Amino acid sequence: MNENLYKYILGIADNCLVLGQRLGELCGHGPSLETDIACTNISLDLFGQVRSYYQYAAQVADDGRSEDDIAMLRREREYVNVLLVEQPNTDFAYTITRQYLFDAYHLLFLNELQHSNDETLSAIAKKAIKEVSYHERFSSDWLKRLGDGTEESHRRAQDALNTLWAYTDELFHQTEADQAMIEEGIGVDTMKLKEIYNNQVSELLKEATLEIPESKWFQKGGKEGIHTEHLGYLLADLQYMQRTYPNMEW
Amino acid sequence: MKMVIELAHIDEELIPILEKVSDPEIPVLSILEMGVVRSAKVSGKEVQVKITPTYSGCPAMDVIGDDIKTALNKAGYSTKVQLVLSPAWTTDWITEKGRKALEDYGIAPPLEPDADKEALLGNKRIVKCTNCGSTQTQLVSQFGSTACKALFKCEDCQEPFDYFKCLK
Repeated sequence: MNENLYKYILGIADNCLVLGQRLGELCGHGPSLETDIACTNISLDLFGQVRSYYQYAAQVADDGRSEDDIAMLRREREYVNVLLVEQPNTDFAYTITRQYLFDAYHLLFLNELQHSNDETLSAIAKKAIKEVSYHERFSSDWLKRLGDGTEESHRRAQDALNTLWAYTDELFHQTEADQAMIEEGIGVDTMKLKEIYNNQVSELLKEATLEIPESKWFQKGGKEGIHTEHLGYLLADLQYMQRTYPNMEW
Repeated sequence: MKMVIELAHIDEELIPILEKVSDPEIPVLSILEMGVVRSAKVSGKEVQVKITPTYSGCPAMDVIGDDIKTALNKAGYSTKVQLVLSPAWTTDWITEKGRKALEDYGIAPPLEPDADKEALLGNKRIVKCTNCGSTQTQLVSQFGSTACKALFKCEDCQEPFDYFKCLK
């Protein structure tokens, strides 16, 4: 099998799976009916996209595993999502800030991935862009409302940004598999997106009257399988049924 | 309708059968009017159907696939249904008849991209209430009862309604 391609697909897919699971946790727990439905709709889009990625990964791996096996039956260290998406839902400002910081990246990333030499990845990206545009519109709109809202909402949004900003740099890190795929014209050169991302996000944050924290220290590790403590709990929840009743079906 | 079917390569003898299969979440709309059937080819008694999802996570796709198989099997065909992602579905593929059916059902049909953006950011009041026709409507949420819809309410008749988001 093409090991680098397999790893590259998982690098994209795991972000969608983990963030989708986080948003799914809000089902029935959103701050209002409308935001609850919005978060779970975004979750559904991400799960839809992730099915396409894992189906493709299963095809590339060609070792008898199904998309479900790949999604559900790996160990924590084998997940290669960025640390940003596994951060827990604390309050709504935190959920929205995490969402916006990822959406802004996701949209830039898919815009490039649609030009990939790989037909399947290009097709998934073209489909996903349309959905993610709505996600970005939702999260950026809410971040402006929270940042430029009441004293309380501003404080919470700024607190969220102070914590989450340290996770943004990892979005642009490249693994060996990433680099191999970039060379083949399959992968996206994320280094080229970093400046655009920082400019776009800065502009939106200015509008939201929020300030990027001064610290230049960034967290990393997710892409190498080294996660924050939060991922283990998330996976325990996600994998519980398959681990307890192997091969169960609805 | 004719143009969309030609665009989608559907064999003529299959149209009356596929026309009767509807979107499970919008029962007034046939899957042909919705534009999710991209091709349907007969060879002998075998049919190959390609469908494409409206949204990646659309849970209706499995049901639509099963319904297509059931309808064609009943008509004496053996059927294979394949899900394709490219080219990605767009609201442009909803036929005129489909748009009318949506509106009659209480879902405002999609606007053009620019207008859609203005409507979904709450900048302009242009989405027409499906109940009374007023444009004095207000965005309640960018995400509605399913991934493809946004939620609006009418300030004249006070009724809530869904708006089918533009996807291009």
